[in-house]
Amino acid sequence: MKKLKVLIVDDSSVMRKIIERSLRQAGLDLSEVLEAGNGAEALTLLQESAPDMILSDINMPVMDGLEFLKSLANVEKAKGVPVVMITTEGSEARVVEALSAGARGYLRKPFTAEQVKERISPLLAGSL
Amino acid sequence: MKPSVRHDKTAKVAMDPSWKTILEQATVEVFEMMAGARLEAAAISDSAAGGEHTAMVGLAGALCGMVTLRCTRQVAHRLASMMLGGEAAENSFTAKDALGELCNMVAGNFKAKISTLADRCMLSVPTVITGSDYEMDTVEPTSGISTRFTFEGDPVIVALMIHA
Repeated sequence: MKKLKVLIVDDSSVMRKIIERSLRQAGLDLSEVLEAGNGAEALTLLQESAPDMILSDINMPVMDGLEFLKSLANVEKAKGVPVVMITTEGSEARVVEALSAGARGYLRKPFTAEQVKERISPLLAGSL
Repeated sequence: MKPSVRHDKTAKVAMDPSWKTILEQATVEVFEMMAGARLEAAAISDSAAGGEHTAMVGLAGALCGMVTLRCTRQVAHRLASMMLGGEAAENSFTAKDALGELCNMVAGNFKAKISTLADRCMLSVPTVITGSDYEMDTVEPTSGISTRFTFEGDPVIVALMIHA
């Protein structure tokens, strides 16, 4: 199984750790976990690093997840990288907006490790 | 021609008596899923002090107001350690961050259970205040509901304040 580099974008360090743990519990072999507290920080990280997957919260200060997602179209190191949005909102409209803007999936908080596996694994089929 | 129904996204949603039960369910689910923490319902008359940490998430749109989650410092640290493991137990910043996220998820889970709110109400990022001797005032008159639990014997209070 290929080791994966993931970028987790969330303004809560607690949620970033929980998401990382859930990915490991879902069976992903993570070689590196990049963390950013908002979309702007994530864009800075993407100038240097190309992850295999990006997981991003939607509701964040400075640059929210939807703005970040739309910005990824211009980021070379994010080309073809699956993005999964993580939302507390439960708003279908925001999920549709995210999927229309290029997200490959979404996950609603609160989530279980099983739900993470269901949503994430199919997106990495080519990488594993 | 079939008449079409359009929801006015700016129309306010009135509080419903069923929301107290929904808020309780939303809270219990979040605590169990994210922290493996089992909350026990507490009597409304239980007037024990609420604790010195209060997390707040604002609501805007069809419902304007705030969801608050209040507990003791000890409970906040215990919940953080259950969410992240033992290393979080001593870190005050992490405990407050965890409490804010729990409040955020309770608010999101609550509104997701109410079809008239899910797409028509936005959440703010959470804020956590520390200190037990405070009063909260708003410019608009408010109504609200409050639900009280205990966690390992200590109070956990979740409230929804709604601007009229």
